[in-house]
Amino acid sequence: MDLDFSEDEIVRYSRHILLKEVGGIGQARLKAARVLVVGAGGLGSPIVLYLAAAGVGTIGIVDHDLVELSNLQRQVAHTVDRLGAPKAGSAAEAARAINPEVAVEPHQTRLTAENALDIIGRYEIVCDGTDNFATRFLVADACVLARRTLVSAAVLRFEGQLSTFKPHAGEYPCYRCLYPEPPPPGEVPTCSEAGVLGAVTGVMGTLQATEVIKEIVGIGESLAGRVLIWDALDMRFRTVRLRKDPACALCGPAATTHDLNEHSRVALTCAG
Amino acid sequence: MQKSLTLILNGESRHFDAPVTVAGLLANLGLETRKVAVERNEEIVPRSTYTVTSLADGDSLEIVYFIGGG
Repeated sequence: MDLDFSEDEIVRYSRHILLKEVGGIGQARLKAARVLVVGAGGLGSPIVLYLAAAGVGTIGIVDHDLVELSNLQRQVAHTVDRLGAPKAGSAAEAARAINPEVAVEPHQTRLTAENALDIIGRYEIVCDGTDNFATRFLVADACVLARRTLVSAAVLRFEGQLSTFKPHAGEYPCYRCLYPEPPPPGEVPTCSEAGVLGAVTGVMGTLQATEVIKEIVGIGESLAGRVLIWDALDMRFRTVRLRKDPACALCGPAATTHDLNEHSRVALTCAG
Repeated sequence: MQKSLTLILNGESRHFDAPVTVAGLLANLGLETRKVAVERNEEIVPRSTYTVTSLADGDSLEIVYFIGGG
């Protein structure tokens, strides 16, 4: 492990280095880490900002969209100055403004069955902060196939859900052990249809960043095998157990999903 | 004679005719299986076992709604 920090880096990360659970070794692990953030929206914004501030050495950001005025109620990485600009680039700019020591790699593209394994394969940990089920299942499947840890959060209205999926690292479940298939089309609203409290996305994205940092540094209790469910109106956090589903089509012993072809068909259907 | 059992559903006591499975409970509540996850005694029940998972008197259940916003 390369512990060669500049004096500025030692000052910048001093509050981390002071933590006995992090220290110089943990900070070096963060510097060596490569994390991909899928979706530079309500969840992706705080993830990117906190990972950059924390000194995660390489941060990839995938988003094909442009910054819109309706994003600014919650997507705190973007600014009025960057309305109309690509979100991946805008979030990268925000990250660099906080910490020029980290490398930020914007991917201004839609994640597809064709490019998902290539892009995800370049990183060690993936954060899902996307706003649609098609991409969520694509990310989940690609992470299992590429053996990458997935820290996944979702929000709607006043509620958030969060878990870590790493079936490649032991007897841990994957996303499909929790939700085997997408909901019927149009049956579960998106944030643009049903709304979301901006601060709720900030809390969930920040929790996601926290779990990513724990996975990188290797400290505490991983959220793998558990799901955190938060209702902001009740202000009630619950953590429930999630075991590996032996019948899971993606990570079970009789798995039937070995590629991303299902997602190609979905994309074609949508395009048609 | 049919027995009844008491379940704590989203924090409230409810009576159901026994026996009842997770699948039966969701049908009774009119919930679409693909829109929810079911938490039983602080553990998620795998969807593949809904039809064979019988609920016991006193079980605590929470319906977790599938959300996907970001």
